[in-house]
Amino acid sequence: MIKNGKVLLKGNEVICQAAINAGLKFFAGYPITPQNEIPEYMSSHLPAAGGIFIQAESETAAINMIFGASAAGFRAMTSSSSPGIALKQEGISYIAAGELPCVIVNIMRGGPGLGNIRASQADYFMSVKGGGHGDYHCIVLSPASHSEAWSMVMNAFDYADYYRNPVMILGDGIFGQMMEPLEFTEYKSIKKLPSKSGWRLDGCAGREAHVIKTLHLDPPDALITHNARLQKKYSLITEELCLAEEYMCQDADIIITGYGITGRISREACSVLRASGIKAGLIRPISLWPFPAKIYAQYKGRKFLTVEMSAGQFIEDVRLSLSGDKTEFLGLGGGWYPDTEQIVEKVKNIL
Amino acid sequence: MKKALRPGRMSYCPGCGHTIIHRIMGDLIDEMNLREKTIGSAPVGCSVLLYNFFDFDIIECAHGRVPAVMTAIKRLRPDKFVFAYQGDGDLAAIGTNETIHAANRGENISVIFVNNAVYGMTRGQMAPTTLPGQITTTTPRGRGQGGEGSPMKMCELISTLEAPVYVERTAVNNAEGIKKTREALKKSFLCQLEGRGYSFIEILAMCPTNWKISTKESLQFVTKMESYFPLGVFKDKRNFS
Repeated sequence: MIKNGKVLLKGNEVICQAAINAGLKFFAGYPITPQNEIPEYMSSHLPAAGGIFIQAESETAAINMIFGASAAGFRAMTSSSSPGIALKQEGISYIAAGELPCVIVNIMRGGPGLGNIRASQADYFMSVKGGGHGDYHCIVLSPASHSEAWSMVMNAFDYADYYRNPVMILGDGIFGQMMEPLEFTEYKSIKKLPSKSGWRLDGCAGREAHVIKTLHLDPPDALITHNARLQKKYSLITEELCLAEEYMCQDADIIITGYGITGRISREACSVLRASGIKAGLIRPISLWPFPAKIYAQYKGRKFLTVEMSAGQFIEDVRLSLSGDKTEFLGLGGGWYPDTEQIVEKVKNIL
Repeated sequence: MKKALRPGRMSYCPGCGHTIIHRIMGDLIDEMNLREKTIGSAPVGCSVLLYNFFDFDIIECAHGRVPAVMTAIKRLRPDKFVFAYQGDGDLAAIGTNETIHAANRGENISVIFVNNAVYGMTRGQMAPTTLPGQITTTTPRGRGQGGEGSPMKMCELISTLEAPVYVERTAVNNAEGIKKTREALKKSFLCQLEGRGYSFIEILAMCPTNWKISTKESLQFVTKMESYFPLGVFKDKRNFS
């Protein structure tokens, strides 16, 4: 384990070291740009920390290895980028249905199709709205800096274990590739975590057999009951886990909203606008599911600008949170990213 | 003491090969005192409900993904006995990739491949192991007439890889075959328990319901399968020195 002290790391490496600090025991992944540093880092550092690394034959195999690792009772993680995450979606549905804790990292790139390898946020729908089949949710967390990612990834394992639910870290190619100084801190559990002894697969010595399954046939309403229980859990998570950064919103004439790296650029734009006498504020959701709708609702009636590196996905949740109020839009898919000047200019045009 | 097989009847069709194979496995797991250290898989297909028949830890997997799931479990719990139980569609069509790569990595697991030349649970479509000319619900003129390719010979294919340690094909259509299947499975189980590595046992099995023939005729159909899928040991790298 790396001891306290500042180091310069890529976002992808920060995620890895945070996961290892949090007691990661199993990682499976497959090469895809721009997340290759993750399996590369894991291949040397995870075994050194007593965990297991497997380069899987596909993203599909990797997510199913995570399914098995989590069922065996261990902290497990996989990572990929957009097309690879699409391949994992079947497995994520099974993991959510089986209520197995794990962390899935998506370092988004441009799409649709093979798209390109530049940063993008066009997997918002796929990550936040489901992606796989059936009624389920991943908890989705989006970091805007390396120091935020450091604690977020460690917390993600706690949320996963506490709620028995998959957690997705939704980053993008800029976050994954850029380097920032980071101060390591020790992992400290943020929740009193439930024991896994009631469900994990470790042999049935001295107890009843454990079965991890997602097929619910008998009695005829078994799946209805199962889904009702899942929905109850999702309601609880929505109540307990809405995270967002609010910056200079109280007196703002216009509130800019964006997540991840876009939120970070928007924050910079706010500062520039304030310096020129324009009262701009920022809402940067940190949890994308559950979506911090209540925070938006406080500012109903204000002018809003939604910024995203996609053609209009995130804006749907902003609109829902503003219950009918309009928001202006700055966004485009395919590897475009907004710079501070573009956001500032857009705000000036709106006002 | 609890047995590996739960009391009561299994819900398979009359004459189904799964019932016989489950009994052999249950018998062996009890004899080898493995029940409390076993982690098994339930695949998509007719045997998806095998946790209703076996009384030990089981994980139900997505279609074709059993070898990937069991890879992780065995790596993390190397002291447990881990088997991958799969049908032909699961192992040799949708899950071919996972099958080949778990074998190629030499995962220390026992793969039990039930080959009945048809998709059973979905009521009789062509499987990767359907025989040439065999009529199924998706090969109404017989396999091979419409670009369906030839049956996948999985033991032969797996045997070309470096890592697999023990590969054998048996059949359960007569007493001798059942005896040989029991011996093959025991070798496979021991192969894993002794830390020797990956083993693959393919078992030709009856599916009278979807072959649409009597149980008696289904025994003869397995004999016909043997002309395409020869029985025997394809690889034995167990090193007893």
